[in-house]
Amino acid sequence: MDDLRRSPLHDTHIQLGARMVPFAGWEMPVQYEGIIPENRAVRQKLGVFDISHMGELFVSGNSAGSAAGWLDTILTNNVAKLNIGQGQYTLLLNETGGVIDDLIVCRQSDTNYFLVVNASKVEEDVSWMQAKLPASGVTLTNRSAEFAGLAVQGPEAVTAFQTMFGDSAQLPERFCMSTIATDDGDVIICRTGYTGEDGYELFCTAATGPNWWQRCIDAGAAPAGLGARDSLRLEKCYPLNGNDLSPDRTPLEAGLAFAVDLHKPDFIGRETLIRQKTKGLHRRLVAIKQTGKSPSPRAGYLVLSGDKEVGTLSSGGVSPNLRCGISMAYITSGHNKIGTALDVEIRGKRFPAEVVKKPFI
Amino acid sequence: MNVPTELKYTESHEWVRSDEDDVVTVGITDYAQQEMTELVYVELPEVGQKFNAKDEIAVVESVKSASDIYAPLSGEVVEINESLAEDAAIVNNSPFDDGWLFKLNLSNPSELDNLMSADAYTAKIS
Repeated sequence: MDDLRRSPLHDTHIQLGARMVPFAGWEMPVQYEGIIPENRAVRQKLGVFDISHMGELFVSGNSAGSAAGWLDTILTNNVAKLNIGQGQYTLLLNETGGVIDDLIVCRQSDTNYFLVVNASKVEEDVSWMQAKLPASGVTLTNRSAEFAGLAVQGPEAVTAFQTMFGDSAQLPERFCMSTIATDDGDVIICRTGYTGEDGYELFCTAATGPNWWQRCIDAGAAPAGLGARDSLRLEKCYPLNGNDLSPDRTPLEAGLAFAVDLHKPDFIGRETLIRQKTKGLHRRLVAIKQTGKSPSPRAGYLVLSGDKEVGTLSSGGVSPNLRCGISMAYITSGHNKIGTALDVEIRGKRFPAEVVKKPFI
Repeated sequence: MNVPTELKYTESHEWVRSDEDDVVTVGITDYAQQEMTELVYVELPEVGQKFNAKDEIAVVESVKSASDIYAPLSGEVVEINESLAEDAAIVNNSPFDDGWLFKLNLSNPSELDNLMSADAYTAKIS
């Protein structure tokens, strides 16, 4: 793992006995105590994840409208609608409407926007965005290396926030952000996450990362790794870029129409989406649940209806909460209705499954 | 790490216990279950199936990944651990006892000499 980047929290993970794995070019903790107990901790109490591998980009404009105006030409959601302190889930598309990345954009001030992007896509996002920048008036800065990131997730997140920042500190509303000045430097707080539980993501300087991690632990959070994070997001049907999102699938096919504003006059990829909306979709990302005793469904496994191939799993696993196999797949239209019986082929054998309503839990 | 001295071991982390006549019980080691982490599914062979040593014979799956289990010796499957179908985590909790996988009636008992002793296996994993 010599060529992998290390989180500012690397030594902390090693001290905790984490199992480290390569992920998106980083050496990251996949688990500490175990994926199942860590998933439970987040669903029932509180967990903290190291998300220092994620990218932090800043876009600033020379006037109130310039940054938003430009972002609205490259992102699917409506940036102009954001008031200061508000954020939204959005997508960066290629010219044919395929997904380059999914991200959160927050309006930090009158003219500045804060973007949190996927670790594996930082370089690609930045070079794509740089190439689309107007000649003047808007600047894009990649400050990913400066930050450590922690995701504090679970029903006890609000209590933990007050413990960490004092009773008078204000936790932002859902999908909102704020910057809090502390004795240990400024931290950015976003009321966002990837688990389906209440919680917030905290961005601080890389140097203060271990201190903030310890404050999360002291406030009651259990260390949680990428394994638990993946199981939590799959239970909630949150897509993972590279698995469920890709350059040859559009956000409409992925069921992310809520993050696409087709009323905007133009943004990259819009034409394809308008055409799909008019003519209909050939396939959709659906949730699939194994209906009998089955091995774990995994990405790449075929989905069949009778003898007809109708899709391939893009993500899969055993849900620690439902204790059965759950997955997502792009399924050919006609086979994607809720309740449709399908088979998932696992190591040459077929196991019964059905299309179910999203999310799984 | 627990490595019972009365058992024999393979390079691929299976253990073998000689029962009676030419029947052996097979499982995965404490080391293997820790490396695999929490098991969620075990796919076992069917009683009556015949395997050669080193054939893929079973699959154990954790939340994260699936791993092949190899037949440590040649023979016919005479019994499988049915309780694992309900709870694969038994293998994590009791790899050498309740978490056994299957029993083989050996077709070539002399292959037992090819397996590792507990000391040799301990050296391998340390």
